[in-house]
Amino acid sequence: MTQALRVAVLVFLATVLQASLVSSVVAFGGSPDLLLLVLVGVALLCGAITGAVAGFGGGLLLDVLTLDTLGVTALVLALAGYFTGRYGETTGRDRGHAPIVAVVVATALVLVFGFLLHFLIGEAVSARRALLEALLPTIGLNLLLGAPVLALCRFALRRSERDGRVAEVQLLG
Amino acid sequence: MLGFPVRRPATRTSTSRTGSALRRRIVLGLLVVLALALVTASFRESEDGPLHSAQAAAASALQPLQVALERVVRPFRDAYGWTAGLFDARAQAERLRAENEQLRLQVIQNESALQTNVELKRLLDYVEGPQFPRDYTYIATAVTSRPASAFEQEVVLPVGSRDGVELYAPVVTAEGLVGQVTRVTDGQSRVTLLTDQSSAVSALDVVTGAEGIVEQGQTGNTLVMNRVSKKDVVNVGDEIVTSGWRSGNLQSLYPRNIPIGRVTSVGSLNTDLYQQVQIASDVDFASLDSVLVLVRKPGSPR
Repeated sequence: MTQALRVAVLVFLATVLQASLVSSVVAFGGSPDLLLLVLVGVALLCGAITGAVAGFGGGLLLDVLTLDTLGVTALVLALAGYFTGRYGETTGRDRGHAPIVAVVVATALVLVFGFLLHFLIGEAVSARRALLEALLPTIGLNLLLGAPVLALCRFALRRSERDGRVAEVQLLG
Repeated sequence: MLGFPVRRPATRTSTSRTGSALRRRIVLGLLVVLALALVTASFRESEDGPLHSAQAAAASALQPLQVALERVVRPFRDAYGWTAGLFDARAQAERLRAENEQLRLQVIQNESALQTNVELKRLLDYVEGPQFPRDYTYIATAVTSRPASAFEQEVVLPVGSRDGVELYAPVVTAEGLVGQVTRVTDGQSRVTLLTDQSSAVSALDVVTGAEGIVEQGQTGNTLVMNRVSKKDVVNVGDEIVTSGWRSGNLQSLYPRNIPIGRVTSVGSLNTDLYQQVQIASDVDFASLDSVLVLVRKPGSPR
């Protein structure tokens, strides 16, 4: 299976799980974002372009499944995937803490940017709920869920290295 | 915790790096433009437009997958919901307990306010009734301090000379005479109750006209009417009121016709000069809440 296909399957499963299961898990006022975590893993491992495309595709699928305004989540996650990928390619390269930083920053920015977009298109959103009550719990839950999800991403995407189609070198670990 | 190796692309030449950056930006730009176009089209389009129809069709196509997934994960979700519900129930129980306590306090406050209301209504009825002395006005007030023991038959009121209270002003309730003001400060007054051993009020039997002096009885809250001549007739059940006498420039401290109580027993020994008349006041001296301080109207005869 090619890497692109693996990424597609990973993102698809994460999106469906996010829409049907994970989003309903609410703890301490926040809800984990499985799709974002998978996206962070994909973007850090595969780069900015793959991250952006995966984010766009996953976001669009999530918009479809949740019957939300088409393109909103796609835009947010495409940007998240791109900049996470860029971070992995540049500043975060060789850094052991890069995934932690990526998860925290991506979660915060996705929440804030998502709120702004929904606000701009006139949807009823609560700034207090989105930016104050949900932010810290969501970051905490994403950090907790991040370890197994990123390990799964690494496992799923590392196998494709044997295909010899990706010219990448492992720097750490 | 989340640490895993971040890969980097294999070493590239300057040309390939520039090309890669360009391609990256083009891809991102295309995705952003596409997303914005989707948002705009989806936002402007009506509910039955092609984009919404496509979205609905795609959602319907994926629905079986979602349903299947939901069935698979339902036990886990139920378990999570049960656990979360348990914590919620505990927190809710705590909250309800606190709310219950608060409501209980509120009920007590309401009942107290109701009693005060009833008491004030009775006072108002008395003030507007025929028994209220015409030469007087009143200051309605609560009682802030009650007798600490049976030996201290005094209460303190939160009104004083700046409110118009005068020394020796009579204090009443709707049930009858309470006592008189024996000390006044700017903002407070001390009232010596009728049941105090130093109190004495000239009184008369409304029915027979027999006169006497009402004083403290044998026990703390009882009253007796002394100095009732054996010639006078006093019957059990007769109402006793203040006599409000006037003699030249002198006059009683109390206005006429303020109820004091009812006769409960009448007796006399052959050796006694006067009759022994026991009186029961309707005033509950032990639990006074609101009283009226009578103030002489300006210009009324002193």
